[in-house]
Amino acid sequence: MSDSKLSKNLLRMKFMQRGLDAETRKQLEEDERRIISDEHWYLDLPELRARENLILEEQSLVSCEDLKYGRFSFKGFNPEVEKLMVTMNPKEEEEERQEEEVSHMQTDVTDEEMALRYESLVGSMRKKFTRKKNQASEEGDTERVSLKRDQASEEGDTKRVSLKKDQASEEGDTKRVSLKRDQASEKGDTKRVFLKPQD
Amino acid sequence: MFSGLREKVGQVLVPGDEFSLEVQETLSLTEPLKPEKVLLGPGLKRRGDRKLLVVKSGVLRHKQPHVFWVENHQRRYVPAKGETIIGIITVKSGDVFKLDFGGSEQASLSYLAFEGATKRNRPNVQVGDLVFAQFIVANQHMEPELVCVDSAGRANGLGVFGAGGLLFSVSLGLVRRLLRPRSDVLSDLQKLFPCELVVGMNGRLWVKASSVQQTLIICNLLQSCETMTTAQRQQLFRRAAQGAL
Repeated sequence: MSDSKLSKNLLRMKFMQRGLDAETRKQLEEDERRIISDEHWYLDLPELRARENLILEEQSLVSCEDLKYGRFSFKGFNPEVEKLMVTMNPKEEEEERQEEEVSHMQTDVTDEEMALRYESLVGSMRKKFTRKKNQASEEGDTERVSLKRDQASEEGDTKRVSLKKDQASEEGDTKRVSLKRDQASEKGDTKRVFLKPQD
Repeated sequence: MFSGLREKVGQVLVPGDEFSLEVQETLSLTEPLKPEKVLLGPGLKRRGDRKLLVVKSGVLRHKQPHVFWVENHQRRYVPAKGETIIGIITVKSGDVFKLDFGGSEQASLSYLAFEGATKRNRPNVQVGDLVFAQFIVANQHMEPELVCVDSAGRANGLGVFGAGGLLFSVSLGLVRRLLRPRSDVLSDLQKLFPCELVVGMNGRLWVKASSVQQTLIICNLLQSCETMTTAQRQQLFRRAAQGAL
C-alpha cells in the first residue's frame, strides 16, 4: 500500500502519524507551518531598533544623597532603635576601612606564634592519645575503636563521638558509667587545650 | 558628554534651563568607548533623547560617577517611591487605612502590610496614631501607597510608634541635613541627653526624651537649626547641655 493513495488530510490525523516515516512527517509539518504563516497578518514596517537609554531618572533623594534610615536613639534611650541604627545604615567608609585593618591584624599570625602555640599543645595531645589507647585495649577491639574515636574527636562532632562510644561499649560489654567518666575528663582536657593559647 | 552639566555643579539653576548631552564627535583613545549613563535625581527631567530640563530652582549637585540633582528649599512634600515618612491615620475603612503625610493626597496603607498581620489577625491601629511607613507606589497618576514591612516581611522599625513624644514639622531641607551621613546637627544632638528621634522624609520629626522639658528643648533646638549658622548652633547646643535653657 503506497502513501500516495491516502489523502493529506487523512495523513495529518493523529492516529496516522505513528506509522509515518520521518521524511513525510517533516514535509507535513512544513506544509502546516506555511499555512499558518500565510494566515498571519503583519505590518510591513522596518524593524524597530531599541536604542539604549542613556538618561535614567530617579525620583527619590535618598539614593542621591545616601540618606540614612530615619530612626535614631541616643545615649541608650531606646536600645531596640540603637540596634536598628546599626543594621539599617550602611557603614561609613572610614569605619569600614578601620574595621578591615583590625581584622587583618587579627588574622595575621606569625610563624613563631604558631610554633609556640603548638609547642604547648604537644604535651597535652600526647596525654590524650595515650589514655585512649589504654581505654580501647580494655574493650578488646583495639585498633578500630581508637581510630574512630580519634577521627570523631578531631572533628569536634560530639554526637558522633557519643554514638560510636555506645557502639563500642556494646561491642566490648564494658561498664558504661566508667566510659562516661572518661569522656567527661577528655572533654575537660580538650577545653584546656583550646583555651591555653588565648590566655 | 556631561561637560555642560558638570560646569554648572554648585551653581543655581532655575526651571526652564536646558542641557543637551551631545555625543562627542571625536573619539578619544584613552576613554572607554561605551557611552556612559547619567542618573537624574529630583529637579531634572529628561526631554527627548538627549536633553535635560530643569524643573526646580535650586543648586545643582553631583555625586560620582554620574548622578545629578537639584537641591532646593521646600516645605511641601512630594512622595517618592522608597522614601520613609511619618503619617497620621485619618480613616479606618475596610481593609485599608488612610494616612495624612502632608502631601497633596492621602495615602493608603493596607492592614495586611504590618508585621505579623493576617486576615484574621488585624493590627491594632487607631485613628490618630502615628505610623512610620515606606512608599511602594508614588507617582503622579496613582494614589500613593504605603507599607510597614520590608520585602522580607519584617517591620525593621516601621509601623505604629509614638507614645508620649512630640510631633512637629520642619522644612524638607532640614530633614535631609539630619539624615545625611556624618550630619553635623545630629552629632551635636547626640551629645545632649538621652532621647529618641524619628525623622520622616516628609518634614515631620518626632522627639521623645525622658521628661517633657527635655523633649521641648530638643524640639526648639531642631526648629531653630533651620536659620542658624554652625557657630550659632554649636553655642546654643552648648548652653542647652549646661542646662541654661
